[in-house]
Amino acid sequence: MCGNEALAEAAILAGCDAYFGYPITPQNEIPAYMSRRMPEEGRVFVQSESELAAINMVFGASATGKRAMTTSSSPGISLMQEGISYLAGAELPAVVVNVMRGGPGLGNIAPSQGDYFQATRGGGHGDYRTIVFGPSSVQELVDCMALAFDLADEYRMTVVVLADGILGQMMEPIVLEKKPRRELPPKDWALTGAKGREQNIVRSLWLPEGALEKHNYKLKAKYEQVQKNEVICEQYEVDDAEIIVVAYGVAARIVRGAVTRAREEGIKAGWIRPVTLWPFPTEQISKAADELRIFLVVEMSCGQMVEDVKLAIAGKAPVVFYGRPGGGVPTVDEILERIKQLTIPRNVKCKAKNAKPKLKI
Amino acid sequence: MDRKGNDKSFPARPIERLKAKYRMSNAQITTNDSYEEVIIAGFGGQGILLAGRLLAQTAMKRGLEVTFMPSYGAEVRGGTANCMVIIAERKIACPVVADPDSLIAMNKASLNKFAPRLKNGGLLVMNSSLIDSKPQLNKTIEIIAVPADDLAVELGNQKAANMVAIGAYLQKRGHLTPDAAAEALPDVLAKRYHQTLPVNTKALRRGAEFVKNSE
Repeated sequence: MCGNEALAEAAILAGCDAYFGYPITPQNEIPAYMSRRMPEEGRVFVQSESELAAINMVFGASATGKRAMTTSSSPGISLMQEGISYLAGAELPAVVVNVMRGGPGLGNIAPSQGDYFQATRGGGHGDYRTIVFGPSSVQELVDCMALAFDLADEYRMTVVVLADGILGQMMEPIVLEKKPRRELPPKDWALTGAKGREQNIVRSLWLPEGALEKHNYKLKAKYEQVQKNEVICEQYEVDDAEIIVVAYGVAARIVRGAVTRAREEGIKAGWIRPVTLWPFPTEQISKAADELRIFLVVEMSCGQMVEDVKLAIAGKAPVVFYGRPGGGVPTVDEILERIKQLTIPRNVKCKAKNAKPKLKI
Repeated sequence: MDRKGNDKSFPARPIERLKAKYRMSNAQITTNDSYEEVIIAGFGGQGILLAGRLLAQTAMKRGLEVTFMPSYGAEVRGGTANCMVIIAERKIACPVVADPDSLIAMNKASLNKFAPRLKNGGLLVMNSSLIDSKPQLNKTIEIIAVPADDLAVELGNQKAANMVAIGAYLQKRGHLTPDAAAEALPDVLAKRYHQTLPVNTKALRRGAEFVKNSE
């Protein structure tokens, strides 16, 4: 099973009731797999006529209280942004998987991490957020699907799973298992037929004066809850590190290889890996920046998450960026080389207590 | 994933869970810290991806860490296809292989493309039925020329040439056996092709024999 098929099966195990999608490389295996498996399970599969249709079908299915998802790759996700904004306005749960490819425009079909801004800043118009996962292995991709559906239902939000061409296409050993669901609030807002009860209204239009402002504050309070409760972040050998490498997704597993090698060579290196990209692990990174050390941010883009890292560090420590855009994949050696360039030569001691380490770039 | 925990958030390594599932013990796993990066390349239709998946599945069944990364997108029969397989004892960082330890080249075009990337001291298994000359490289590599298509034709199915090459590779490298690959074959071969299992198994052994005899 490749990553795409594994995540599709994980979505089925997580109780996805309806899948709507339109093919695009490198995630074609997902609709192909779903077209076979969803009818087998007696659930809904529709190959829509476009990405716009797919996301609006998700809106419809979600409004009836069902678990709905769609998947696409970068250009297709751009087309879906209007629908995602409407989902946010109407407070409907949805799961959207973006198997990122190179951009802008049609770009290419190689793996990339260029959609970080789009995913973590909302992406469409209006004042809203989406929860974003950045898994770094096929196992984690599978594990985060159940959580994605749970969080979507709990907060009535869109959850974006930000994978990329490598994760979607690669195969590695995984264990698929059904996870117990979180305790979730009842979907008493869903459109299930109003016989014998007050009618429910699902909408994103708030025309009366002050109504939208009130609605926006309500959403803001919800987003703050998410930021407080749902941050997931992985750290390794951070305590004594002179250099901390921050990366997510596939870039993070390459970083992991480089940091392990650096440790073997006696360089005090560590890494921090945000698993949720929004909410971003601001606190963890800020805390790590209280000590004197350098931060290296590695991405498969020209530098997007690096801005969040800088915001978190707030000038307390130097931040250096290394990235390969457009389908380029950094190698362990490239990152190790950067780590070596940035670490202080061990025979030079910092004179002042708070002196910044010399950067040799 | 743990809701709030920072360090616990990453799930147990899949391989640990697999070991538990198949009740494997570490004793079954070879002890040296090996890390083998392989590129398999050739025409679309030569079974390049199947060969890669077989290698990955065989290694997984032996309790090793493994990744498989195919070329994807505009692949058609007659075009070029390649895949990258990493077999290791430790966690694999990047599934993309830049400079492989081993290359299995099934046609001339892929030999020209990937042979210069081989590591010094690397292993090249080339399909000498379709490649007439050895590559000229300014590094030392070990070359095994297997007439994979010819041997497969002898066995009665030219399509099994990929298995001949894999058999030769496994015999030479020695980290996994052709018999182990034959065991894993039903897992990766689609059910509708299961009538070809005997010829594919024979092809794996034929490739291995060819290497044994030429040593």
